[in-house]
Amino acid sequence: MEGLTLSDAEQKYYADLFSYCDIDSTKKVAANGRVLELFRAAQLPHDVVLQIMELCGATRLGYFGRSQFYIALKLVAVAQSGFPLRVESINTVKDLPLPRFVASKNEQESRHAASYSSDSENQGSYSGVIPPPPGRGQVKKGSISHDTVQPRTSADQQEPASPVVSPQQSPPTSPHTWRKHGRHPSGGNNERPLAGPGPFWSPFGEAQSVPSAGDAVWSGHSPPPPQENWVSFADTPPTSALLTMHPASVQDQTTVRTVASATTANEIRRQSSSYDDPWKITDEQRQYYVNQFKTIQPDLNGFIPGSAAKEFFTKSKLPILELSHIWELSDFDKDGALTLDEFCAAFHLVVARKNGYDLPEKLPESLMPKLIDLEDSAGVGDQPGEVGYSGSPAEAPPSKSPSMPSLNQTWPELNQSSEDTAIVHPVPIRMTPSKIHMQEMELKRAGSDHTNPTSPLLVKTSDLTEENKINSSVKFASGNTVDGYSSSDSFTSDPEQIGNNVTRQRSHSGTSPDNTAPPPPPPRPQPSHSRSSSLDMNRTFPVTTGQQQAGVVAHPPAVPPRPQPSQAPGPVVHRPVDADGLMTHTSTSPQQIPEQPNFADFSQFEVFAASNVNEEQDDETEKHPEVLTVEKASDSAGSLRVAKTESKIEEKTAAGAPANVSKGTTPLAPPPKPVRRRLKSEDELRPEVDEHTQKTGVLAAVLASQPSIPRSVGKDKKAIQASIRRNKETNTVLARLNSELQQQLKDVLEERISLEVQLEQLRPFSHL
Amino acid sequence: MAVCVAVIAKENYPLYIRSVPTENELKFHYMVHTSLDVVDEKISAMGKALVDQRELYLGLLYPTEDYKVTFPNQLCSYGYVTNSRVKFVMVVDSSNTALRDNEIRSMFRKLHNSYTDVMCNPFYNPGDRIQSRWAAALLGLPPSLCSSALLKGTVLR
Repeated sequence: MEGLTLSDAEQKYYADLFSYCDIDSTKKVAANGRVLELFRAAQLPHDVVLQIMELCGATRLGYFGRSQFYIALKLVAVAQSGFPLRVESINTVKDLPLPRFVASKNEQESRHAASYSSDSENQGSYSGVIPPPPGRGQVKKGSISHDTVQPRTSADQQEPASPVVSPQQSPPTSPHTWRKHGRHPSGGNNERPLAGPGPFWSPFGEAQSVPSAGDAVWSGHSPPPPQENWVSFADTPPTSALLTMHPASVQDQTTVRTVASATTANEIRRQSSSYDDPWKITDEQRQYYVNQFKTIQPDLNGFIPGSAAKEFFTKSKLPILELSHIWELSDFDKDGALTLDEFCAAFHLVVARKNGYDLPEKLPESLMPKLIDLEDSAGVGDQPGEVGYSGSPAEAPPSKSPSMPSLNQTWPELNQSSEDTAIVHPVPIRMTPSKIHMQEMELKRAGSDHTNPTSPLLVKTSDLTEENKINSSVKFASGNTVDGYSSSDSFTSDPEQIGNNVTRQRSHSGTSPDNTAPPPPPPRPQPSHSRSSSLDMNRTFPVTTGQQQAGVVAHPPAVPPRPQPSQAPGPVVHRPVDADGLMTHTSTSPQQIPEQPNFADFSQFEVFAASNVNEEQDDETEKHPEVLTVEKASDSAGSLRVAKTESKIEEKTAAGAPANVSKGTTPLAPPPKPVRRRLKSEDELRPEVDEHTQKTGVLAAVLASQPSIPRSVGKDKKAIQASIRRNKETNTVLARLNSELQQQLKDVLEERISLEVQLEQLRPFSHL
Repeated sequence: MAVCVAVIAKENYPLYIRSVPTENELKFHYMVHTSLDVVDEKISAMGKALVDQRELYLGLLYPTEDYKVTFPNQLCSYGYVTNSRVKFVMVVDSSNTALRDNEIRSMFRKLHNSYTDVMCNPFYNPGDRIQSRWAAALLGLPPSLCSSALLKGTVLR
């Protein structure tokens, strides 16, 4: 977009227009509402307007920023002057008259046009911008008030200056009920216009109502244009034979009238603030609703049951379908009863509907029951979040889940908590809270019924605080755990919005009795461990257990196999440890890799193994080597071989452990690893047999030569044992971790496979 | 990918039925209809014993090899019955990803929730056709059910 150079007059004019259109003061103007009226009032053909919008970039952006708006206005001027619409023409066309906006639907733009067309280059005319809005507001009330005749007549005088307006577009198909109401303002106001030039006014009056309809429908289900607000409230007294809500609306009008007589700038601000949110309930209205609530339910903190509410709202003579829709919008927590806030929202919607507004698709923010505002700042911050959630409140229907009957109480809290946790990472947080949610829901199920009249709001908010605390505490606790991965599985299947997060939460909690904790690590009894490629493990275990019986020193359960090392050349130290070692080895943990190269230092290992064994079981040191050699000699193949390698490995593991801890003898560290690796395949075991036989003699010799060593280091035995135990524990933990990672790997591989399959399926089409 | 969702009343008339608009829409309706027999069978087989939430989910009712469209799809219908004998039937096209059981369960759970929300509405008479916009939007929830806007059901006007 090129830079836009505006003359002073233009600058000021555009700024005024922008501030006029920028009712929300957000420095950007949505493409509906006043901007559209403005463009329509420019009397340009519709396609030109579209072209302008496109050129200025609003369609790209989706809204009019200040620069887009100015460019658009300039283009309007260009178009009105008859020049072709080009982006360059913004700056090249000199001395453009200011864009003329002729009122097609209300006097304001007419006054704009009148004042501007009459003083197009006159800077003094800008003051004309200010009076029109209040004047218009006054005029709108014309059907009721009598003092608006005068401003109206002044408008009449200005009108002749502006060309006749015809609606830019055919009246859109507004709903019949709406149109019925919509006609009334025109009926009311048409009297006035006739005071002026006849031909102009009748289309004006017509256009006034019709574009109103257009606007209402145009804005679709968004809040209707602000000025309609006043129109319809003006209409309530004459048109609706409804409940006595008229006092409220009439009071509104009187308020506005007094406002209109105030200073101009203040008027604009006042009106624009009320224009901000047509769905906002004014104080008078609210008071009225509260009074009505009291007639049904004296306790303001209580509920109105659905049947009573049904009767009450049926009196409004709206069709049942619409009442049903209103109910769905307003019953925020879906409990079949209305709290005060919900009732007010419902009432307000009924009022709006009677006045011809379309019902919104989702509950407007201002109508949302303030469940959370009892929480201090968190609630305020979450109101926007609530909008998003209420955008599909039914999509996250917390209530009446068969498994979570009272989840509706926790829904706002869940939303808030997910709002909080959205910053962090939703996945791990949901995991652990589910258990807590379960507990909370149990509490709530037990504690609060729907019919509990005593401060349900407080209950909700207290739950909210609990929820928040729990969530926050859990969030930090579980944030780092690996456990989140399993929850991520179930969550990735629900890519939808956070509303779904709640249902996800619920569904997850629904299944969570199984899943509240991270999946338990693989069972400690490693013999059942199937993941490691040590098929022989299962085979060796029975063997080793058998061997354990022979002269085993009493050790803690983790250690029983330890005596094994004494029996075999490579003593079986610890079965689980060995299993862990194997597992960690198969997972190719980095620390093991560098240690693999030193493959052949068996002699050192066996020396140490022997010494180690001797440390632990001094008495049996002598015995075991003998048993060792005997066993070695007896069976050189099959299970014993495996057992030997098994024992060897285990001893090496244990040897490695204490080595790492106390001895620090580096040459001993490498040997365990390669031996573990060799256990992977049975084929590899065969060569070990030979090595075993070779080393047997060495070992025997070494063992024989080292009886004295254990004596000297006997004092460290306890320390070493402790360290061994510690290492074994870490080993098991690592083994667990490994198994979990393996599980993850499996899952990922499955996913990969499925993706590849999909790819394959899709591929033929990509070649078409 | 769920292609059709139906809510059937106790007396086996549809309260709400909506499907992805293809030319085979009638086929989906037919599948739902035939699945009802299977549902009834399962219900009667279950007996009056414990009514557990788990048993509300009936699982795969009726797989078919079908669809002469691009590639052969399997249409499967899954069933779910509530304690008040209101049945939810979902026809799923299991072409791309085989939906896991848990996903189907969660879809049914959402359905059930939406249904209870509709029930909560005092302006809804049980036994009426479900016409609320809300409910229709909710029933558009099943993941990857294409054009959920389509499922916005009968508009009030």
